[in-house]
Amino acid sequence: MMQTLFLIMVSAYCLGALVALSGGRGSLGRGLVALGAVIGAGAGFALAANVILSGTPFTLSVPDLLPLAGGLALRLDPLGAFFLIIIGLGAIPSSIYGAGYSEVYEDGSASLRLLGLALNLFLLTMSLVTFADNVLTFLLMWEGMSLTSYFLVMTESREAGTVRAGIWYLAMTHIGLALLMGGFIVLMNGGSGAFSDLRTSAASLSAASRSLVFLLTFLGFGSKAGIVPLHIWLPMAHPAAPSHVSALMSGVMIKMGIYGILRVALDLLGGGPVWWGGIILGVGSVSALLGVLYALMEHDLKRLLAYHSVENIGIILIGIGAGMIFHTYGMMTLAALGFIGGLYHTINHASFKSLLFLGAGSVLHATHTRNMEELGGLIKNMPWTALFFLIGSAAISALPPLNGFASEWLVFQSLLGGFNLPVPEVALLMPVAVGMLALTSGLAAACFVKAFGITFLALPRSEAAEHAHESPLSMQVGMGILALACIGLGLAPFAVVRLIGGVITGLGGLPDTRAAFTFNLHLQTPGAFGQMSSPLVFLGLLILLGLTPLIMRLLRVNWQLRRGDTWGCGRVGQTARMEYTATSFAEPLRRIFAELYRPSRDVTIDFHPDSKYFVQSIEYRSEITPLFERWLYDPILRLIRFTARQVRKLQAGSLYLYLAYIIIILIILLLAARWF
Amino acid sequence: MNAYLLEIGQALLALLLAPGLVGFVRWLKARLQNRRGAPVWLPYFELRKLFGKEVVMSNNASWLFRVAPYIVFTSALAVTFLIPLLAAPLPFDNVGDLLVVVYLLLLGTFFLALAGLDPGTAFGGMGSSREMTVAALSEPTIALAIFGLALGAGSTNLGRIVTATLANPGVAISPGHLMAFAALFIVSLAETGRLPVDNPSTHLELTMIHEAMILEYSGRYLALIEWASWLKLVIFFTLLANLFIPWGLAATLTPVALAVAVLTLILKLVLLGLIVAVVETRIAKLRLFRVPELLGMSFVLALLAVTSSFLLK
Repeated sequence: MMQTLFLIMVSAYCLGALVALSGGRGSLGRGLVALGAVIGAGAGFALAANVILSGTPFTLSVPDLLPLAGGLALRLDPLGAFFLIIIGLGAIPSSIYGAGYSEVYEDGSASLRLLGLALNLFLLTMSLVTFADNVLTFLLMWEGMSLTSYFLVMTESREAGTVRAGIWYLAMTHIGLALLMGGFIVLMNGGSGAFSDLRTSAASLSAASRSLVFLLTFLGFGSKAGIVPLHIWLPMAHPAAPSHVSALMSGVMIKMGIYGILRVALDLLGGGPVWWGGIILGVGSVSALLGVLYALMEHDLKRLLAYHSVENIGIILIGIGAGMIFHTYGMMTLAALGFIGGLYHTINHASFKSLLFLGAGSVLHATHTRNMEELGGLIKNMPWTALFFLIGSAAISALPPLNGFASEWLVFQSLLGGFNLPVPEVALLMPVAVGMLALTSGLAAACFVKAFGITFLALPRSEAAEHAHESPLSMQVGMGILALACIGLGLAPFAVVRLIGGVITGLGGLPDTRAAFTFNLHLQTPGAFGQMSSPLVFLGLLILLGLTPLIMRLLRVNWQLRRGDTWGCGRVGQTARMEYTATSFAEPLRRIFAELYRPSRDVTIDFHPDSKYFVQSIEYRSEITPLFERWLYDPILRLIRFTARQVRKLQAGSLYLYLAYIIIILIILLLAARWF
Repeated sequence: MNAYLLEIGQALLALLLAPGLVGFVRWLKARLQNRRGAPVWLPYFELRKLFGKEVVMSNNASWLFRVAPYIVFTSALAVTFLIPLLAAPLPFDNVGDLLVVVYLLLLGTFFLALAGLDPGTAFGGMGSSREMTVAALSEPTIALAIFGLALGAGSTNLGRIVTATLANPGVAISPGHLMAFAALFIVSLAETGRLPVDNPSTHLELTMIHEAMILEYSGRYLALIEWASWLKLVIFFTLLANLFIPWGLAATLTPVALAVAVLTLILKLVLLGLIVAVVETRIAKLRLFRVPELLGMSFVLALLAVTSSFLLK
């Protein structure tokens, strides 16, 4: 049964790739490519659900396929299966959506063949990452996932900025790969690379090398997940890619970084000293806060969403970091609560971020712009997209009863459990994290009022926005599935928490903590610290929402409604230029956090030659200082360029010089051979 | 069964008291400023008047503008089922804890801010932008104050917090509790749009926040929004009064205990209204960009509250 599902998954992806190779054009071709991806992702989803529900891992070993370092070893345990479910959740709607969305490339502006091929191979390799059971398989699939996604980012390579984004992504992901290889080499310590062997051998490593492994892999996986300061490729690569690919990268692929961190730090290494958890928690808090602060200043819809991915990865890491800290002190139920909160937010983020990227894609599809200052009023011409985007916005802002709230509630609860920690210095980390998490979620709500309000409400700010059209059915279906997932995951925390509790049982010695929770319509955290019930909150809101107009009707409230012009202090006619813009919406926060943004302002006023009281034109430019680019990456790039220039002196291009080098090296080697 | 009737009863009581409380604060402020002031029950007439008027809606506005008032009103009303107005613990105690209360109120703010942007006026956008800024900056203080309260009680459930304080009265005057109270008081002023953050009696000024956001609303929609914002005042006052000083809440559902609970609730609301009226008479509105300093101060207070609870535990 499981074997069949696995075969269906692999062959469907391969078939999808083959169809793409043969062209993948026309509605039939695009449909078949998407069908391959949907069936593949669906089979993966079913297989993963099977593993989680039955609790028995799926194993498949093909040692002869790669007669090197243990060959190809595949084993899907519940943790991997959980991430395979996330892949299915993101890939099915995104592929359906992609079938309609990629129609714009029929004119030859991008290669549909490459897009379909890379998409299916990307999904295949990413799925196999969750199966990997030895170091070789893991790294191979990891690199396959990175390379195929690079080609996906490069789809619109003729657009300005895409090539640059691609180079950044390629560089960052390979720095990450190098760190991961280093980490795994230290971890293997000359022994076998099979994960089962690593679990036992990791215990015999010295404390220093265990910490080295943790640091290297945390940074390596973090570069994929998008932690600050390794996040800078996200806001470049996500906007450059086609929107359904952005949804997959932002919603699903960066989660593989979370998977890796859990796999290595918790599963293979079995946890560590308290500062590991402290680092994860600290990096998570900083990523969450900086991610949302930079998102607020962004007016490119897709870049804004990319920064929110940094924020949400931060929230996930806050949960996991808290879990690691409790794990160190042997407080297993609280540790489980932290991990469950983090993983729950992982699957939630996959659903609402994919939804939001697909929504942004529909806006881009209809108006050909991502700049929010040129949008507005889309709710009238694109009602479904607007509704789906609103659901996604409410979910990411952690508004009850949607899914973002359920997971943030759990993360909060795990942090609130921090006062049980025996060491006060460590325990005091928790309230600070609570404050940062709360500020983050408040700012996220502000940012999504901006994102939804400026894009979809009020008057259209450009010709293109005025003539926007609703997206085709396939795109609406893709968004609709994810919107339902946002609502469903929000209404059933009791069921999701139970499933995740089963997933993490046994990892790093975590016992089965499911008994500590109460599972009915209410969700009760261990020790009855907090209780809530999102289905009942939802039901209550619905009842009140229905009763209010009913009672108003019964009380004979005046039900007339007259349409009129917006009241405007006596001026005649209203135009879109009088509206609040995204920049002005974010202005108070830009001032408040000026220390961080360091905004620069440049105003040029053109006066009438006769009198300076007649202004002919005003030009206003304002930019914020990209701190990490300027103070971290620019010096590194300068250093690389400087080194390259120095090396160029050696490589003068003269054949004689190179021959001389060879002779010199030869002499040195001979001398060395003689001496030793 | 009686307990569920009590839930409905206390929601109705909150609805009924909300206009009166606002009217009382307005009247008291007027007296303190040597004015005669409008009668306390004026807001009830305001509601009747607004519900009787037709709605004039902007041509630019979408369906969101028409849905938002109901969501704002409903989310505030839903909170009154969760907080301990008259008795604790309530049957709905396990439906939503303090975090649910805070985020339900944020749900209302979120939709109100969207509705402010919908008609496309500069005023509306300005109000939305400022409202969300203030809401975002008060979030950390609220969360930490919750942390401080939860530390003492060992739970974020409102009922458990109340019973823990009742069982151990010394907690009420512990430094952690007092500082958390001060922090939450400052944030309550910000969240309910009172001075020094926002001026509730201003109309059409460049300094307004809440009023700017709802400028385009009229008729029954305006009535719902106004009622919801008055309800929010009752909610925050109740949280301040009954989480920190829970005495008077009915422990049993006897008529006598409930009558005592209603009377003490009104007394506490009057006292807090008095404090707010005095504060609003004594201090001027802060410039918008000084508000973060005030909220920062409340955050530091809340952090100190949690820290001292840790150290004194």
